[in-house]
Amino acid sequence: MTINTADKTHEQQHGMSNAGYIRIAVILAAITGLEVSTYYVDFGVLFLPALLIMMVIKFVMVVSYFMHLKFDNKMFSFLFYAGLVLAVGVYAAFLATFKFFIQ
Amino acid sequence: MTDTAQGHASSTGISNVKLGMWAFLGSECLLFGGLISTYMLYRGRVTGGPRPSQIFDIPFTSVSSFVLLMSSLTMVLAVSAAHKDDDRKTNLWLTVTALLGATFVGGQVYEFTAFYKEGLGFSTSLFGSSFYTLTGFHGVHVTVGIIMLMSLVGILKRSSVPGKKAEVVEMIGLYWHFVDIVWIIIFTLVYLIPV
Amino acid sequence: MAIIERPAPTVPAIVTPTTTYGSLKRPVSATGWRSWVFTVDHKKLGIMYGATAMFFFIIGGVEALLIRLQLAAPNGKVLNADLYNQMFTMHATTMVFLFVMPMAAGFANYFVPLQIGARDVAFPRLNAFGFWALLFGGIFLNLAWFLGGAADGGWFMYAPNSGPVFSPSNGVDFWALGLQIAGIASLTGAINLIITVLNMRAPGMSLMKMPIFTWMITVVQFLLLFAIPVITVALFLLSFQRNFGARFFDVAAGADPLLWQHLFWIFGHPEVYVLILPSFGIVSEVLPVFSRKPLFGYPFVVFSGAAIGFVGWGVWAHHMFASGLGPVSVAVFSLTTMAIAVPTGVKIINWTLTMWGGKLWFTTAMKFAIGLIVLFTVGGLSGVTHAVAPSDTQQTDTYYIVAHFHYVLFGGAVLGIFSGFYYWWPKVFGKMLNEKLGSWNFWLMVIGLNLTFGPMHILGLQGQPRRMYQWTEARAGEGFFNLAFWNLIASIGSFVLAVGILMFLINVLITARNPQKAPLDPWNARSLEWMTTNPPKEHNFDVVPTVHHLDDFFHQKYEEDPVTHTMKQVRTAEEIMAEQERNADKHIHMPSPSYWPIVLAFGLPVITFGLIYSHLISVIGGVIVLFAAYGWALESSTAPDSDFETNTPGTGLDKVASNHD
Ligand code: HEM
Ligand SMILES: [Cu+2]
Repeated sequence: MTINTADKTHEQQHGMSNAGYIRIAVILAAITGLEVSTYYVDFGVLFLPALLIMMVIKFVMVVSYFMHLKFDNKMFSFLFYAGLVLAVGVYAAFLATFKFFIQ
Repeated sequence: MTDTAQGHASSTGISNVKLGMWAFLGSECLLFGGLISTYMLYRGRVTGGPRPSQIFDIPFTSVSSFVLLMSSLTMVLAVSAAHKDDDRKTNLWLTVTALLGATFVGGQVYEFTAFYKEGLGFSTSLFGSSFYTLTGFHGVHVTVGIIMLMSLVGILKRSSVPGKKAEVVEMIGLYWHFVDIVWIIIFTLVYLIPV
Repeated sequence: MAIIERPAPTVPAIVTPTTTYGSLKRPVSATGWRSWVFTVDHKKLGIMYGATAMFFFIIGGVEALLIRLQLAAPNGKVLNADLYNQMFTMHATTMVFLFVMPMAAGFANYFVPLQIGARDVAFPRLNAFGFWALLFGGIFLNLAWFLGGAADGGWFMYAPNSGPVFSPSNGVDFWALGLQIAGIASLTGAINLIITVLNMRAPGMSLMKMPIFTWMITVVQFLLLFAIPVITVALFLLSFQRNFGARFFDVAAGADPLLWQHLFWIFGHPEVYVLILPSFGIVSEVLPVFSRKPLFGYPFVVFSGAAIGFVGWGVWAHHMFASGLGPVSVAVFSLTTMAIAVPTGVKIINWTLTMWGGKLWFTTAMKFAIGLIVLFTVGGLSGVTHAVAPSDTQQTDTYYIVAHFHYVLFGGAVLGIFSGFYYWWPKVFGKMLNEKLGSWNFWLMVIGLNLTFGPMHILGLQGQPRRMYQWTEARAGEGFFNLAFWNLIASIGSFVLAVGILMFLINVLITARNPQKAPLDPWNARSLEWMTTNPPKEHNFDVVPTVHHLDDFFHQKYEEDPVTHTMKQVRTAEEIMAEQERNADKHIHMPSPSYWPIVLAFGLPVITFGLIYSHLISVIGGVIVLFAAYGWALESSTAPDSDFETNTPGTGLDKVASNHD
């Protein structure tokens, strides 16, 4: 129907080419390589923040590009990020009550 | 528009199924969040049996993580082929994705057996229980994904598919990527941060 | 009234069956039991939810009466200690998960599509699946009574007390797995209703033109969407501990017993709003109609509902003040809890101001709504006394808590539901409930309720513990505050309450026998669900309404007089209906019935049954689920065009936008 074709053209306009996807995959692979290297190379105090930042970057890249959230309707983002933000907030508070972060 | 005459018309022009899938994934965030938090709370609590750092095989897990990550690429290529109505390529990439997924699950089975031999059973310690629960849940999600991919390959061969073909592929794609991003988090929090 | 009885020009086209698996023909009956069992019609499912919930309400009520019989006199002999534990556990579980939640789901299913001017929900088959999963889950939970004893750990089932050591029967296994199934039902229901509200509204119905009931249901579905997975995790941990030897709650292995409490209450507090907000929605519909005024401060009611839904995520640890959380956590959660009282207070003020200066019409529905305002406020005030942590440490685990939550649950959620019964009965069944019996129903319930739960405040403050299976004369004390007297009053009250509920059931029977049909618009109502026949046709509306106002139906009937600025009736409901029938849409293809929802749902209890007894049975259940899932996937939700017998050749316009769910 009109509805779905509209959806599709929208995607073709803003979506990515296959080459684009491969580029994203290469970046993801590179970050993964960096992550794994922390196991062999001593990153010192940067170890934890670096790992967490790389994790978040990979996460956001897959969500935004492979899952198209960046190009799609805002309602999708709302549904997903509402769950994600709630999960992070609630479970962080939960772990905090166990004094998890000040061990 | 006669759309509104339909039981299924949508007032925003967005697909119901896709909205539903995103709502489901939002909900899944709280499921995996709970499992991950339980693991984080308990990972260091070892009263018997091995500690995490004693048994994790980082090179091995890195490879299987990489395999899963790349399956996201092949999945997105399948979706893109489906949008171009290229049935042959769609089938090809779906199959490759399923194979990569199966490799990952196979790796997990191998890993579990190895850990078990090294003395980490489900009941050995809090670490054991929460580790197997978290990664097992993820593994079941991947397995369900593989079943869906294989079924899809089978169904796509039939002439009539209920619903829009491309949309079905896209939905399974969303699920598959989600399973992948959960592993991105597990890989860092469980494996790379030592206890 | 002839208008309504004339057959509508647009009967949905008859369907000839297509097949799944090349051989299984899809069901088509429009009458008889098949038309119910395989239905995907949101209205039929709404009624089925309601009937199921009512059935469990009676079971939960009988359990409550047994509890009160046991406690009526010292050294009660009705139940032994073990049975008593099972009784209060199953009473609460039944009331919460199998009565209030499904009843709200029933109202939501029936009225949300009607209120937003839709012809069905977004995923009709998923909707049917949710109902069957709930029913089978509920039956599964109660099977434990016959298989070695029901769950006995209290409705929040604190671990490690619910572990195999302290609760060796299979009761807790049935409980955990049964709730898991009910949880799947709630989750699918939540996704379905959220997408319905986001995506299926009639043209012109912006979010801020949606009726309040629909708004509150939407907030509830979001709460469920995000809270159900949390209890899912907790239940899995518990099941794994009990059935597969996991150590999660094993203190000897270093486990933290608070883990369960946190997970349960992260779910549990949003859950209490899941229980109360639908009733808030119902009375927000009823009060304006019977006050002959629009709802006072509609946006405030909407936003306070959303605010409750949001802040409700940050207060869970107020259930754990006595567990040694530490001063910082206690202080933080005490403050957030007091904060959440504010949006709740806003609602009460709005309702009061809605009635203020209105022409009040004291129907039974209105009486129940007013009853809710008063009794919920009583419960809310005792709730504020628990928010103060030091005072809560005195009250926790006493009958004072039991008094509090029954005022909010019975005085709030249940009275709201009864208000909804009387208000919407003519819409659903085409007949009016008897108002005189309704009055008896209301007064007996309110008197019984206060007699039962009022004295529990005293009992609690005098120190009677909750979940205590006997009390003795020797410790009952003397004087005005003696436990013996107030326990007896509470028990008498519970029977008055039961008679009140019986009045409702009698009323239903009498109404069913009464041949008199309800008028089209008996209450002179305001929202879209009244802009169709009683009961609505299968496709709900002959013409999908185009919405211009909040309370659009009212604005179609009334217009403001430019001189006097009063509302004057310009059209009657009958005239609006007649016009709709004249312009009725052609070619309405409703989603078609299906076998798969019930088959898929049936596989779930088979799997869980096998988890307790023999894994082989689980495999069979798994095969059923897989079989049904394929059948489901291979069948489109609306039968294809070629299946419809159309008089005029299909124009191609009436294909369905999305057809798999
Ligand atoms: C028919 C009217 C009812 C009566 C007479 C009644 C009576 C009782 C009594 C005496 C208890 C305390 C048992 C104990 O601590 O030893 C109890 C517990 C409870 N009731 Fe009710 N109740 C009624 C209706 C309801 C309703 C409608 C709901 C919820 C919607 C409800 C929810 C609960 C809960 C959550 C508990 C706590 C159980 C536990 O401690 O785990 N009750 N009820
Ligand atoms: Cu609470």
